[in-house]
Amino acid sequence: MRVGLFIPCYVDQFYPGVAIATLQLLEKLGVDVVYPQNQTCCGQPMANSGFQDLSKGCSDLFLKNFNEFDYIVSPSGSCVLYLREHLSETDHHSPDYLGNKVYELTSFLTDVLKVENLTASFPHKVGMHISCHGQRGLHLSSMSELVAPGFSKPGSLLNMVKDIEMIELNRVDECCGFGGTFCVTEEAVSVKMGKDRIADHLLHGAEYITGADMSCLMHLEGILKRQGSKVKVIHIAEILNAG
Amino acid sequence: MSSRDKILAAVANNQPAKIELPDLSAFKTGKAGSVEQFAQVLTNIGGKAIHVNSWEEIAAFITENYSTTRVVTPIAELTGFKGIPANSDPHELYNVELAVIKAHFGVAENGAVWITEDNMGLRVLPFITQHLAVVIDGGEIVPTMAEAYDKISRLSSYGFASFIAGPSKTADIEQSLVIGAHGPRSMTVFIMPGRF
Amino acid sequence: MEVTTKDHAELAENFNRDEDRVDWHDETLWWVRQKRDKMVHQLPEWEELREAASAIKNNVLGNLHNYLQQFEANARANGITVHWAADAEEHNQIIHRLLNEHKVTRMVKSKSMLTEECGLNEYLHEQGIEVIDSDLGERIVQLAKEPPSHIVLPCIHKKKEEIGELFHQYLGTPLDVSDPQVLTEAARGHLREIFITRKAALTGVNFAIAETGEFVVCTNEGNADMGAHLADIHIASMGIEKLIPEKKHLGIFLRLLTRSATGQPITTYSSHFKTPRKGQQMHIVLVDNGRTVQLGREDFRNSLKCIRCGACMNTCPVYRRSGGHSYHNAVAGPIGSILAPNLDMEKYKDLPFASTLCGSCTNVCPVKIDIHDQLYKWRQVLVKKGLVPTGKTIGMKVMGATLSSPTIYRLAGKIGRWTLKHAPFAVNNNFNPWYKQRDMPEPPEQSFSEWYKENRIKK
Repeated sequence: MRVGLFIPCYVDQFYPGVAIATLQLLEKLGVDVVYPQNQTCCGQPMANSGFQDLSKGCSDLFLKNFNEFDYIVSPSGSCVLYLREHLSETDHHSPDYLGNKVYELTSFLTDVLKVENLTASFPHKVGMHISCHGQRGLHLSSMSELVAPGFSKPGSLLNMVKDIEMIELNRVDECCGFGGTFCVTEEAVSVKMGKDRIADHLLHGAEYITGADMSCLMHLEGILKRQGSKVKVIHIAEILNAG
Repeated sequence: MSSRDKILAAVANNQPAKIELPDLSAFKTGKAGSVEQFAQVLTNIGGKAIHVNSWEEIAAFITENYSTTRVVTPIAELTGFKGIPANSDPHELYNVELAVIKAHFGVAENGAVWITEDNMGLRVLPFITQHLAVVIDGGEIVPTMAEAYDKISRLSSYGFASFIAGPSKTADIEQSLVIGAHGPRSMTVFIMPGRF
Repeated sequence: MEVTTKDHAELAENFNRDEDRVDWHDETLWWVRQKRDKMVHQLPEWEELREAASAIKNNVLGNLHNYLQQFEANARANGITVHWAADAEEHNQIIHRLLNEHKVTRMVKSKSMLTEECGLNEYLHEQGIEVIDSDLGERIVQLAKEPPSHIVLPCIHKKKEEIGELFHQYLGTPLDVSDPQVLTEAARGHLREIFITRKAALTGVNFAIAETGEFVVCTNEGNADMGAHLADIHIASMGIEKLIPEKKHLGIFLRLLTRSATGQPITTYSSHFKTPRKGQQMHIVLVDNGRTVQLGREDFRNSLKCIRCGACMNTCPVYRRSGGHSYHNAVAGPIGSILAPNLDMEKYKDLPFASTLCGSCTNVCPVKIDIHDQLYKWRQVLVKKGLVPTGKTIGMKVMGATLSSPTIYRLAGKIGRWTLKHAPFAVNNNFNPWYKQRDMPEPPEQSFSEWYKENRIKK
């Protein structure tokens, strides 16, 4: 099994630690993982702004970079959802559609590798911010709106981490307000949503806010820092790879 | 071309391919409705369920709790109260304190009762009255709305009918529930055993 | 009514100037969402009900031509007069003509979002006809000279103290009374007087049944019934998409509607109007106003499945924090954002962008409209029509080109990180909306790809 590692553009540039943790975690689990050098972005920023046509360059590049792999893994639910839904015009039910081989990290661990044990340790109080695209798009966890059995793929992995204390939230799956370019075009609402999301975590004593999408966390981090808060954001890969 | 024809032509031109209607049989439980559930849900939505054994019991309850001069009922079995003369003007019901009417059946899942025009005397009666009392047969409770419409299809036709579930209410001001918006301030359902 | 030229983002920013009020608005609507959750989780068959409702509505869209004619024939046989209105103007004219024919100058109206869409009240006011809205929330916004901010909870944006002031001014309640119980009682007295004296009543329609020619109106207050049963003429306005095939289908929709809307098992009144009362006239106005156009838009037609429960508004994190008026349209929130551009793309071009695409709306929708996917698709349409600002287009083109080339991307990344580190003032300023209330990320020395080259490739 050859796995290609897709690192979203902003993670590559601003959060290399998240990418390193993802790589190391996969290596620890014995995965033959390669990072193709010429990758950039999934194309979502343009497409979600209405310019899906302008994301074609990104899609072509992605197809070129990742065509050879059995699986493509990325530590970002949002980018993975975009690639699964919009990578190319190829019929999405066809085995030739590369988008179907793209996995968000936690679902790759639970569904493909079927990980049952981890050596990680993280002795902190942690709140889980489940990203909307990961949850409602990729079904990484059950959704509070639906009448269906509860589950959480990232949650089940965090449960394998030694000494971690997960906190409950009042609103389990409220959006953080990042929303791609929404975060600047609708700055006021975006920030208010982020502040409220943080307040829920603070109310329950979180030391860290984690999640499977660094974009949400980047937005929350920006607000936390401005507030002078000691609470930190941490990508789930960094917790699963910790200790 | 009339607007009717224009609209219909545009619809014909733009509507998607036909698909079949779904099979809804799975929503019917095949069970009888629970009187307990009906009474509980009715209570939850602000109504009151009272088990009675006879019309006399109902009449006694009314006399005890309401000023009988302003009680109106089209129910023949309830003697001693005002009826609704044929050709009455609905506006004359403005001062009704309590209206007592029959319902065909109740629905356990939502506490609603099905009342047709012939039960009402005048259509406005169950809405304009300050308080509403409804009499149902305790054996006539269906579990859900799926069975309710099954039952309605077997009843005779109506010009107007309504599911009524509890007293009139509003929560338009800051989501604070207030009972007694425009219609009845209370709803009492008398549950009688056996057919009447 | 104020004519607005501000877009959603600006109106939302205004709304957010009072953070306590935003919190209050958010909590109030979240409470409604929680009531909905509590109620739907009592029905194990909930998801199957949604699926069935969606399938029935899909069937309606594909057979609308037949159902409309079937409904018309059956309604006529029931003694109801059926009118057809191609657009808002024709709808308003029909109502006006009917009122004129009966020499009516004062009408009572229960909730009808369609008449909001058509601007009926303003139109009739200009013709010298007084319309009084009888739904409590609608009466409150009418007194405040504001449009409703929510399709089910029209004055959810107003605090009880503000309503108290309005009632003091217009209904003579004592100064500083803001108890909802007392205010509702005052409105009850005021509106019962209206019901008794109005000869014409207009209601909306929740469902119209092709099979029987009857229509169903759902209220909690009883205002539709009070108006209709006391008036000489009852006019019901409905969009042509409100049809359902058979009466038994109400057994699906009435289970979904109010649980989704307010977390009640059913509305207090679900009234089935089939024939006029003896001596009364009953009219139905079937309105198109853009619906047939929407029916022809493959990507957007299923928005016509909407049963106007408002659940998507209550759950929408953006709606809760921007208020209904920020959508500057009769129907606000997620569903309004996919319906409005159909009516006027230029005027409502901002609405599909007023969303994070979180998808909660789609999950609560009782008829399974893919709301957030349609928001995404509207964005594509609006861009193709050239309806986004030039600056944004240029920015996106630069971004697209940068991200399509690994070489330029790496260079841009380096410059970006270098700038953040060595010249943060170039980014951390008031021209950067991110920076206004958020810090920029700490720029690392190395990108991941640089680290990978050093630590994996070289080894």
